[in-house]
Amino acid sequence: MKLKILIAEPSQIIVEGLRSVLHDSPRLEVVSVAEDVAMLEERLVAHHPDAVVINPGLLPYSSQVPAMPGLPEGVFSVALVYQYFEPSYLRNFDAVIDIRESKHNIIAILTSLGREAADKKEGKSDASELTKRERDILVLVAKGLMSKEIAEQLNISIHTVISHRKNITKKTGIKSVAGLAVYAMLNNLMGEQVGAEGRDGETE
Amino acid sequence: MPRNPYYLYKKQDVMKNYLFDENMKMADLILIKPSLILLLPRFNIPMGFGDKSVKELCQNHGIAVDFFLLICNIYSHDNYVPSLDKVLAIDMSMLNCYLEASHRYYLDRRLPHISRHISRMTAEMKDRAGDILRKFFEEYNNEVVAHFKYEEQNVFPHLKRLLAGESSEGYSISQYSPSHTNIEDKLDDLTQIMFKYLPEEVKAYETIGAVFDILQLSEDLKKHSFIEEKVLIPYVEHLERKEKR
Repeated sequence: MKLKILIAEPSQIIVEGLRSVLHDSPRLEVVSVAEDVAMLEERLVAHHPDAVVINPGLLPYSSQVPAMPGLPEGVFSVALVYQYFEPSYLRNFDAVIDIRESKHNIIAILTSLGREAADKKEGKSDASELTKRERDILVLVAKGLMSKEIAEQLNISIHTVISHRKNITKKTGIKSVAGLAVYAMLNNLMGEQVGAEGRDGETE
Repeated sequence: MPRNPYYLYKKQDVMKNYLFDENMKMADLILIKPSLILLLPRFNIPMGFGDKSVKELCQNHGIAVDFFLLICNIYSHDNYVPSLDKVLAIDMSMLNCYLEASHRYYLDRRLPHISRHISRMTAEMKDRAGDILRKFFEEYNNEVVAHFKYEEQNVFPHLKRLLAGESSEGYSISQYSPSHTNIEDKLDDLTQIMFKYLPEEVKAYETIGAVFDILQLSEDLKKHSFIEEKVLIPYVEHLERKEKR
């Protein structure tokens, strides 16, 4: 799925430059351009973009919250900056692109929003609480079991185990087996057993 | 011209987007990217350099200025990858020396320092949690030591032989993987664990100190492996090709 982008920027040079940078990514598509806020409001309705890349200079300045024209639910706002803005101001946007960023980085920033949009559509939440099943699997990982062994013990497919492990890492922010074992211990998930032994460097 | 903070701020803001050059003052370089100060001891450049330019200072200390700038630029500009042509135009005779000095810094200074932080921090912890955290760091430490040892026993002597024009048979850079991914993951995990999951009885100041030092080390090590991956390997591969001809 392509991320549909609307560019709100008065400078034609910048717009064309950005267009040519984004052109190389198959996952990004510039659907429209707006030169001012009035045009932006109109184009938003006409083109249903997934993200608006906007020069914050276009917005009436207030030091607190940028007076964004009401973006529809789920549309990402990306600030396109080439002068200094207060970081606290920029935090109101979902992402920030500095015009001096490399092509690679600009594409990376926008495609990551694309993935987020896809996740949202699938209804994945970013809840940090582990489910009961994830806790069970975490304990086995912490004990040093490989994904294959966990699958056998719990009588589920290895793919399910791997997907649970991915979610565990996403939720806890911890990638290594040793780190997960520490997490399990600190959260008293290991019960009476001491599970720090017998692990190895296996990560995935 | 008086250097008020506003002036400096604007200057840094603009300059940080450009690669450094030899005519800049060393003091400005450090103001733009304060963490570069950590590189100076690895080049044996002492503090107190007044208003000397990077070029002057490097000449005074017998350092190839283009090599010094290469390292500073990699540390300061994310994703800055010098092309092989650019690397070949640089005096790389100090590469070995620099990488070894970095290893010494990590092994002799940073890791023991962080280890002491962790010991003090975990002393407050109940149950076995403290032991487990200490053991986790110890294992991490051992992995780093083993990785560095491999490089010092195999990769660095190989580079030295190639540079000296001696036969480099018996080892090839293709056997070497600079990937520290697993090692880096562990360090990242440690910071996650520390600020998200530590028990409440741990003293905040001890933890904050440890987390800061670990984050700094983690950033430094990422640049270190970046240099090995994007400079050392292509450079040694080039020397190997040249030798075969």
